[in-house]
Amino acid sequence: MKLLKLVPDNTNIKFLKWRIPFFVVSILLIAASWALVMTKGLNYGVDFAGGLEVRATFTQSAEAPVAELRDDVEALGYGSPVVQRFGEDNQVSIRVRLPDEVAANQEAAQEAANEVVSTLQAEYPDFRLDGNDNVSGKVSGEFRMTAVYALLAAMAAIALYIWIRFEWQFGVGALFALFHDVSLTLGMFALFQLEFSLQIIAAILAIIGYSLNDTIVVYDRIRENLKKYRKMPLPELLDLSVNETLARTVMTSLTLFVALLPLLLFGPASLFGMVAGITLGLFVGTYSSVYMAAPILVWLGVTSNSFVPEETVADVQEKKARGVV
Amino acid sequence: MLDFPTWRKVWLWSIAIIAMLATLPSLLSATSVRWPDALPQPMVNLGLDLAGGSHILLEADPAAVAAQRLENMEENVRSLMRNAEPRIRIGDVSTRGGQLSFILDDPSQMDRAREVMLPSINGTGLVREWDLTMEDGNRMILSPTADGTDTAVNDAMESAIEVIRKRIDELGTREPTIIRQGDTRIVVQVPGLEDPDQLKALLGETAELEFKLVDQNALPSDVAEGRAPPGSEIFPYAASSDFAGSNIAVRRLGGIRGDNLTGAQQSFDPQTNEPVVNIQFDSDGGRRFCNLTSENVGRPFAIILDGQVLSAPNINERICGGTAQISGGFSVETANRLAISLRSGALPVELAVIEERTVGPDLGADSIRSGMLAMAIGSLLVVALMIASYGRFGVYATIALVINILMLLGIMAGLGTTLTLPGIAGFVLTIGAAVDANVLINERIREERARGRRVVAAVETGYKEASRAIYDANITNFIAGVLLFLFGSGPIRGFAVVLVIGLFTSVFTAVTLTRMWVAAWLRKARPSDLNL
Repeated sequence: MKLLKLVPDNTNIKFLKWRIPFFVVSILLIAASWALVMTKGLNYGVDFAGGLEVRATFTQSAEAPVAELRDDVEALGYGSPVVQRFGEDNQVSIRVRLPDEVAANQEAAQEAANEVVSTLQAEYPDFRLDGNDNVSGKVSGEFRMTAVYALLAAMAAIALYIWIRFEWQFGVGALFALFHDVSLTLGMFALFQLEFSLQIIAAILAIIGYSLNDTIVVYDRIRENLKKYRKMPLPELLDLSVNETLARTVMTSLTLFVALLPLLLFGPASLFGMVAGITLGLFVGTYSSVYMAAPILVWLGVTSNSFVPEETVADVQEKKARGVV
Repeated sequence: MLDFPTWRKVWLWSIAIIAMLATLPSLLSATSVRWPDALPQPMVNLGLDLAGGSHILLEADPAAVAAQRLENMEENVRSLMRNAEPRIRIGDVSTRGGQLSFILDDPSQMDRAREVMLPSINGTGLVREWDLTMEDGNRMILSPTADGTDTAVNDAMESAIEVIRKRIDELGTREPTIIRQGDTRIVVQVPGLEDPDQLKALLGETAELEFKLVDQNALPSDVAEGRAPPGSEIFPYAASSDFAGSNIAVRRLGGIRGDNLTGAQQSFDPQTNEPVVNIQFDSDGGRRFCNLTSENVGRPFAIILDGQVLSAPNINERICGGTAQISGGFSVETANRLAISLRSGALPVELAVIEERTVGPDLGADSIRSGMLAMAIGSLLVVALMIASYGRFGVYATIALVINILMLLGIMAGLGTTLTLPGIAGFVLTIGAAVDANVLINERIREERARGRRVVAAVETGYKEASRAIYDANITNFIAGVLLFLFGSGPIRGFAVVLVIGLFTSVFTAVTLTRMWVAAWLRKARPSDLNL
């Protein structure tokens, strides 16, 4: 049986030759992502913005009356709702960010939730309530804080681990690659205005973990080659390492991608944002392992001596005594 | 590396088989086959987002507990001084600034007064509950200690959990989860609830019932504007009562609380056929109610629920039978709910719903179906890719993957963890990433063969050299997973649990088990070349 080889043996792609243009492009993309997050903003779901979200199915209709729903809910006077199709054509999610004076009063917020549901139930006989979330401003504020802490803590802890296992340059490189992945994912969510919820934070943390798999594979090979080829110039050595591990990088990303694709296409609607985030991060992460994590080592001055233990004074004296030197 | 003594094989297989067996009760529960009751019953719980149900986060206001405590202390001090022998007369009682202060008419009774209050000041627990200071030779000031307030809040939360449990049990739902979270919060999770509004209404009701005498001397114009005469306070009528929108003045002291109840039922008034709630006092409460009604025949008293007046009937005759009837414009439903709340006792502190998430049962079932379908297709694609790329080694990876999924499910069942909707994504992610280890190993073996190593040496080096990166990668994933668990809530934790357990099962199956199988094959077939 002839086996499938996605990446031919002994590739010799000069990745590092283009490191400066690619690096500039990456920096620009990071800047563009943050600019998007700042200007367009993230489309916060109830987890982070507070307010209420109602999910419903119109069991007897082929299509949910999205425009009418928007008017019906707006007429209640809690502001303009976000009404989106959610899953099937006859399913919707209705998000209302309550006015501050209502959101501040928990009883009023409850009242508002009940009013939205009962109004729609009366208006549409085939309205089936699939679920509703009601998050007070206090809780959503806490979610925002914990999300930021979790992301920072994960990046710091992982960079620290890489530093301990490799060298500080590798820690910085991994951290930079992670920052790149997180930034671009956030940028995409701002660009396409996908709902940004707690699940997306989970997705980003998963991306941080898995994007690093590729980085570690490349770093591990760089370390091995640094010990093996002491005289090879660094850019050449990095190219060799990336090429040697290319088949692995492509294959591991591909297996993850084919596993996620059906979930993205046929999976539960409530998971779409999360799975989209992970899939997106998968591509960004693979790219950053090759084009961010490796080239940055050149600038940070990794040398082939990085992994040779420094001789202590005692070692030197012992060698002298034995007449080795 | 490729040496597997028999004891080691037996050991590895035992781990795998025991973990896989733990999935049986969960899998069988979907069929008609019954798992014997005598055996352990590990089960994978479904999260509310899959099973349907309500998640409600309640928060208490510690300031309200402190205010209540101060009020109780005031009543307590008044009655202690009144009942002291000889009676200690006090005046200018104030609770401003969170302190109770009063002056003694006769300053020489200071020591006696302190002695009388000592048990209340020291409290029943290990901490001193109040600080006592004296001013100007005749003023005594009681201020709550921080420890005392903490204890009071803690006690209130503990008994609130009990009350909530009783109320939810009355609804007849299965297995509610009621957990204290932090100092002032309670999480309530009730799976598969038909009517979440009923639950919320039940939790939102403090059910503090009071009977207080109406102050008939208050000027109607003052009462309407909410100004209370000295010694009285103003309450609004409840929205359901006949006088909704207006106020009533009642005497601040001398009433009784309805917390000494032995029962409460919804019933109908024989004359008007209006829904009412019948309550039964315990002996102590019955006696106090009897005293109150005996001393005040002909005067009206207000029935106050959670700070709103339900009704203010005249006391026509003394009521000493230990029962009473509460009316107040109820519907059958609200009367029934009040009966439940009164039966389970008043909440010692008002609780506000600060987060609520409800998922209908249909949506959860749809999610499981489409999630499973996606998982099956994803697994098939991964398997096809692995076998096409690595042949025999891909088959080993496939078998490892199947064992991996079953072990993951089995360990989740054994630990009693909860499978949530994001947990399904975690499963898919684990399936996609578990074969990473096999890819790393197989690619390395391929590489070593290309460099001219012999079969056994290539396999051995492949496993050895790949392991380093595999462990490093898994540890970084572990770090991310643990942080996700620590910072995440509910469904997100379910995701973290799957990821973290999946890391362990993946390394076990994809590295250890496949190495055992490859070793056995090399030993038996002694291949001179690898199709890899």
